[in-house]
Amino acid sequence: MTVYLLRRILQSFMVLVAMSIIVFVGVYAVGDPVEILISPDADQLERERAIRALGLDLPLWEQYLVFVQRALQGDLGRSFVFNEPALQIILQRMPATLELAFGSMFLSILIGLPLGLYAGLKPDSVASKTIMAGSILGFSLPTFWVGLMLIMVFAVQLGWLPSTGRGETATLFGLQWSFLTANGLAHILMPAFNLALFKISLVIRLTRAGVRETMLMDYVKFARAKGLSQNRVIFVHVFKNILIPVVTVVGLELGSTIAFSVVTESVFAWPGMGKLIIDSINVLDRPVIVAYLMIIVLMFIVINLVVDILYSVLDPRVRLEAKA
Amino acid sequence: MSDVTASGAPVAEPKVETPFRRFVSEFFASKTATLGLVVFTIIALLAILAPWIAPQNPYDLAQLDIMDGRLEPGAVGGSGITHWLGTDDQGRDMLSGIIYGLRISLLVGAGSALIACLVGASLGLLAAYAGGRTDSVIMRVVDLQLSFPTILAALMILAFLGKGILNVVIALVIVEWAYYARTVRGSALVERNKEYIEAARCLALPTRRILFGHLFPNCLPPLIVVGTMQVARAIALEATLSFLGLGVPITEPSLGLLIANGFEYMLSGKYWISFYPGIALLVTIVSINLVGDHLRDVLNPRLKK
Repeated sequence: MTVYLLRRILQSFMVLVAMSIIVFVGVYAVGDPVEILISPDADQLERERAIRALGLDLPLWEQYLVFVQRALQGDLGRSFVFNEPALQIILQRMPATLELAFGSMFLSILIGLPLGLYAGLKPDSVASKTIMAGSILGFSLPTFWVGLMLIMVFAVQLGWLPSTGRGETATLFGLQWSFLTANGLAHILMPAFNLALFKISLVIRLTRAGVRETMLMDYVKFARAKGLSQNRVIFVHVFKNILIPVVTVVGLELGSTIAFSVVTESVFAWPGMGKLIIDSINVLDRPVIVAYLMIIVLMFIVINLVVDILYSVLDPRVRLEAKA
Repeated sequence: MSDVTASGAPVAEPKVETPFRRFVSEFFASKTATLGLVVFTIIALLAILAPWIAPQNPYDLAQLDIMDGRLEPGAVGGSGITHWLGTDDQGRDMLSGIIYGLRISLLVGAGSALIACLVGASLGLLAAYAGGRTDSVIMRVVDLQLSFPTILAALMILAFLGKGILNVVIALVIVEWAYYARTVRGSALVERNKEYIEAARCLALPTRRILFGHLFPNCLPPLIVVGTMQVARAIALEATLSFLGLGVPITEPSLGLLIANGFEYMLSGKYWISFYPGIALLVTIVSINLVGDHLRDVLNPRLKK
């Protein structure tokens, strides 16, 4: 186990190094930062001094080492636009994105579980077939388009929900949260639902498959034979067993939820990291782009590592395979 | 096959069941899949024949009249054209814009899927055939690629390369090839150990010929299914990237960019600028998915009753 763990951590570290090289070369070698950083009025001497001050006269690998050294100290450069440390700007936006991501995970369970349960218990009814057809749409429709349609119907036509921003926020643990105020809750509902669409379909399918499998098990038959009510059998005995895989899979989706929030945040003007990166790409704010990519890459590597370790703890076959 | 003459040659009967004919009849047995194919064919024809079908050329500035801007669907513009789907802020006929936008969307979607398929299938075949170190290096990269969400990888690549149709295609190929590689490797690993490959090796055929002449054709069925689905995914992803302003340039708008252009007017109730391109995108994606979903059932022998 320890060997497996060490090997897996080493692998993750190598991936991190490889990704940081890709990001560094991609951002710093493709474009010319001198054009942006140094004013066009500067004369040749000033230009050279600035290039030397920024370390741009060094060979690329030395520049990379400087970049890594600073990154390890938490310095990923200053934003050209905000003139603040890039890392700080991103961390400021992170709670909004996390709030949206967790809100959408909560919604996906809240909506997907009952629908999947129904579709699993009555697989041949018209309603179940509609639910399953709907889940195919949830997988295949582009998120941004569904978001636009939600805005068109609920914000423009009906006027029930606000279409942009976070609304009023309340402070908890020194951070601002929308879900603590009624106004903020109205603001988060549509974006969270939009981001949840894919996961709702996923939960419906998982729950349905789980229910259909579990209903045939001996222990369910036994519970019935004992004379327990249908409700008790379903909500206590069956439910417990399907909940574990469903919650696991939804948890595993956290990373991609945060990645896809880029789209939802842009549609609903939600002030999180996703909207920040799109804005930064459009104005070529390189330090913010690099910082965002590095943070998100790190996040993914950690998530993948944790998932793999959890799997190997839960499923001994994975460990054995790695050993062989 | 019972009608075999004494000379051994089969009698040319009009209704001999070949695998292809069986595939065709099984495919058309599903009404939804047939509908999907018909709808997609119409969409593809619209896109190909755009210059002859569209009421106006939306990118010929001489044909546009800014006074026709943001007309409602069904209104008659200054040039006498009835704008069935309204006009955008530049006075472009939306129907024409959509037909031309379909061209770009389909071109990028199908083009990137095809290139990704070539790259991915070749690497997948190589991994399965060569095995050992080559296999593990290729598959490690595939795993790494698949562990990052497509949107993120595409975003990253376009942040480096900038806008442009070619750049979008490159980004889509880079994020998609891994799916093809994994699919082909999976089926090639099974096929590799079959007797016909052994026979081909014994005949000392060149590796290239074994790979592409013998192994590849037998890995095609799952590849076709994945390919169909990936075209739909590529179209959706391109639309998303263009909507975010990172995809195609404003001079060559795809459906996603048309939707983005209409977004600001949606809040003031002028829904049609975004709504109709969205419907076109939706119909395209759903029709491809219907076809792909049924192809999976038809081409997978395990699902056969």
